[in-house]
Amino acid sequence: MIEIKNLHKKYDGLTVVDNLSLSINTGEVLGFLGPNGAGKSTTMKMVTGFISPTSGEIKVKGLSVKDHVYEIKKHIGYLPEGAPQYGEMTAYDFLLFIAKIRGIEKNNIKNSIESVIENLSLHDVVNKRIEHLSKGFKRRVGIAQAIIHDPEILIMDEPTDGLDPNQKYDVRELIKKISKNKTIIISTHILEEVEAVCTRAAIIAKGKLLFDDTPSKLQSSSTGSLDDTFRKITLGESD
Amino acid sequence: MKNIFIIFNRELSSYFSTPIAYVFLVIFLLLSGSFTFYMGNFYERGQADLLPFFSFHPWLYLFLVPAISMKLWAEERKSGTIELILTLPVKVKEVVIGKYLAAWFFIALALFLTFPIWLTVNYLGSPDNGAILSGYLGSLLMSGGFLAIGSCMSSVTQNQVIAFIISVVVCFIFLLSGTNLVLDFFNTWLPQGAVDAIASLSFLSHFSSLSKGVIDLRDFIYYISLIGVFIYINVELVNIKKGG
Repeated sequence: MIEIKNLHKKYDGLTVVDNLSLSINTGEVLGFLGPNGAGKSTTMKMVTGFISPTSGEIKVKGLSVKDHVYEIKKHIGYLPEGAPQYGEMTAYDFLLFIAKIRGIEKNNIKNSIESVIENLSLHDVVNKRIEHLSKGFKRRVGIAQAIIHDPEILIMDEPTDGLDPNQKYDVRELIKKISKNKTIIISTHILEEVEAVCTRAAIIAKGKLLFDDTPSKLQSSSTGSLDDTFRKITLGESD
Repeated sequence: MKNIFIIFNRELSSYFSTPIAYVFLVIFLLLSGSFTFYMGNFYERGQADLLPFFSFHPWLYLFLVPAISMKLWAEERKSGTIELILTLPVKVKEVVIGKYLAAWFFIALALFLTFPIWLTVNYLGSPDNGAILSGYLGSLLMSGGFLAIGSCMSSVTQNQVIAFIISVVVCFIFLLSGTNLVLDFFNTWLPQGAVDAIASLSFLSHFSSLSKGVIDLRDFIYYISLIGVFIYINVELVNIKKGG
């Protein structure tokens, strides 16, 4: 579904993503792990077509992102880093705006919005302005806009950041529930999250892919805890 | 086309869900009114026309239009919503045009709300309403020119203050490009042809005939092509520099 080949990204001479190759199939939930500044967000931005790679190729549904970005964007739901939203809008108006621009049919718009409100328990805040929402609710509105059109591909940059443990649990359950027939990439710092929802874990540091296997392999590749394994893999590279 | 309309609607309603719209409208109406009556000697002139009203518009727009346009793209960059909007299935040009038209419509609304002055002049005498209409048209076109420049400048930075200042400076140059102040500066090192070209870009000269009721197709073409050029540059700038 998503094929990344020899991806490079440089900013002002600094290599952020370094020869990354990865392919992700339908039904997979890929957990994208790595220290801050590892290149996770940059890679996701390139897959969504927001920024272009310095070199290398990304194909989504067999189409090159470079040439067919408009077509590809229709099939992707994306939660950008920090869940940016228009603060002066109410959560409902914001979701309505996204639904319209996603081209959801008029008759289905109401149902689609109701369904994401239900899924993310947004009932209490739909009529509040987004700028007045707590971090957790804001993040959930961000997830809601990413899944409102039931996309085949879902890319979420730290979907559970800022959520309390209960909300984290709910979001993970939601991801599991919708992951059938979808291709999902989530980035996270939290290793348990990868165990809980992902079928595959990829660790990158300094733009390089260091590990790509199932979460259980990650667990068994070291005798210590997951955190130790993570430290071993990522720090081993940087030293 | 549909996307432009959706973006247009969202933008326009965002003006009215913040104090921006009301502050702008009140200031615009207060300033345009007081300039006309006090500085323009509306009564003392003893003539039934709106020339003193229109003659202050370029100077009003010089500061007020960049105040509207500065947020158009700088705010999207600052808050990160540029990443949200540009990963939705829309084209960059649709977003640029939708945002631009919403801002222009808003300025048109402000201009429309000056109608009491038109009522006043019709009450006091019998003005040439065709000339007044032409003045309004010219004013609207000129505001569109200022706005296109402002929107373009807003797309190069994520800092609204910087966007405002650059916009005012560029608009100022366009405003005064027909005057000796600007032309003398270029005269020293540019050939006469180039200086003439710069002179022909002046907002003031293209507005003055319209404000007097002389509708010249060249003035229309001037403003429409200026808007087109800056919108085009705006789209390219957003395309080139999406992130950071």
